[in-house]
Amino acid sequence: MTTVTVGAARGAMRAPGPRGPLSARVLPVLAAAPDTVPEDDRAALLVAAREAVASTTDLLRDDDVQLTLFVLYELHYRGVAGVDDRWEWDPDLLRARAVLEDAFERVLRGRVETPTGVPADRRAVADALFAMTAPGPGPSLARFVGRRATRDQLDELLVHRSVYQLKEADPHTWAIPRLEGGAKAALVEIQADEYGGGAPERMHCELFAVAMRGAGLDATFGAFVDQVPAVTLASVNAMSLLGLHRRLRGAITGHLAAFEMTSSLPNRLYGDGFRRHGLGPDTTWYFDEHVEADAVHEQIAGRDLAGGLAEQEPALVPDILFGAAVCLYLDELVAAHVLDAWEHGRSSLREAA
Amino acid sequence: MTTTQPATPPEGAAPRPDRFAPPRIVACPDGPILVRGDVEIVDDEGRPLPRRRRTVALCRCGSSAIAPYCDGTHKAIGFTTS
Repeated sequence: MTTVTVGAARGAMRAPGPRGPLSARVLPVLAAAPDTVPEDDRAALLVAAREAVASTTDLLRDDDVQLTLFVLYELHYRGVAGVDDRWEWDPDLLRARAVLEDAFERVLRGRVETPTGVPADRRAVADALFAMTAPGPGPSLARFVGRRATRDQLDELLVHRSVYQLKEADPHTWAIPRLEGGAKAALVEIQADEYGGGAPERMHCELFAVAMRGAGLDATFGAFVDQVPAVTLASVNAMSLLGLHRRLRGAITGHLAAFEMTSSLPNRLYGDGFRRHGLGPDTTWYFDEHVEADAVHEQIAGRDLAGGLAEQEPALVPDILFGAAVCLYLDELVAAHVLDAWEHGRSSLREAA
Repeated sequence: MTTTQPATPPEGAAPRPDRFAPPRIVACPDGPILVRGDVEIVDDEGRPLPRRRRTVALCRCGSSAIAPYCDGTHKAIGFTTS
């Protein structure tokens, strides 16, 4: 086998184990240099993607599809250890990914409900987003964590979150060059704060790493991917899907708005859960920071970013609301999965491979 | 902060903004007050309060647990400004 020296960049995640026929087909191909892979193996990627999509019963809970998408998207972020960086723009790989993405987007559009008849007006769009994200009285993962979660369950929460929060903000940053004017300035203002306002130790991804280490967990990106279920990966993959396609720029801004609007109050409760178990201010800094930061970001995201974009590009209003609905829907799916496992005394994670 | 005279714009050009925009306060409908720019935030005895970010949101509903900053509680209590 060819020794691959590229694709081992700092921060590249460890290659996860396969979860079915598709990932079992894709991962070994990625381990080879692109110019050494035979045509038959390249052609098999597309076939395997089509078969995975055709045979799945629930794409959002399909471990094989969501893990494959997660790995393929990671090629656009920090890479995967042992995977040649040239795979990022390999046409055969992109063709296979497009099959998964088309199905993923179709499922999301079919499942989420978005308000209709919202005018392309900044106040109306912000109001619609705040209404969609209004705190509800129903069961909530944050309330469970704040009051009842065991110490082990706190670790599980961090493990689920780690597949996004150790690269927090990155998927939404893809949208910056796709926007202009006030909407762009608003996104940059939010992201600059996410990235620590110029102080690397204050970057939100770094605060999350501090929280993980405070809890005694490995804060290397991707260290726990093998343990994270499909629904959690789907919630991260959705951000990459919306962020990487300029066509979906409205949706990624709506996603960010909903994300920020559902953050301050839950993060207070998450912090309470960690304090309840005696974890110190280093560990809870991440959560405390989000209580304050996201109360700022939600205003900017709802009014200047999403509302501003709606006025610039009125045709994007339905997608702005779609992106917000995707965020809420997948958050709920993850929360329901975790709460169901915990209520039945099970782990919400997969057995480590 | 030192103040500098902005360069005189060429004839017919739109006036250029000052190098530093003046502080700006935004009253968000049904929400907090956003403060951008070079403003000192102090307590009632004039002692500076921690300011951890360039743009801050000041509580307007009176129920924030991290006053004077907003923590989103206005949404949970149905606070309105109209």
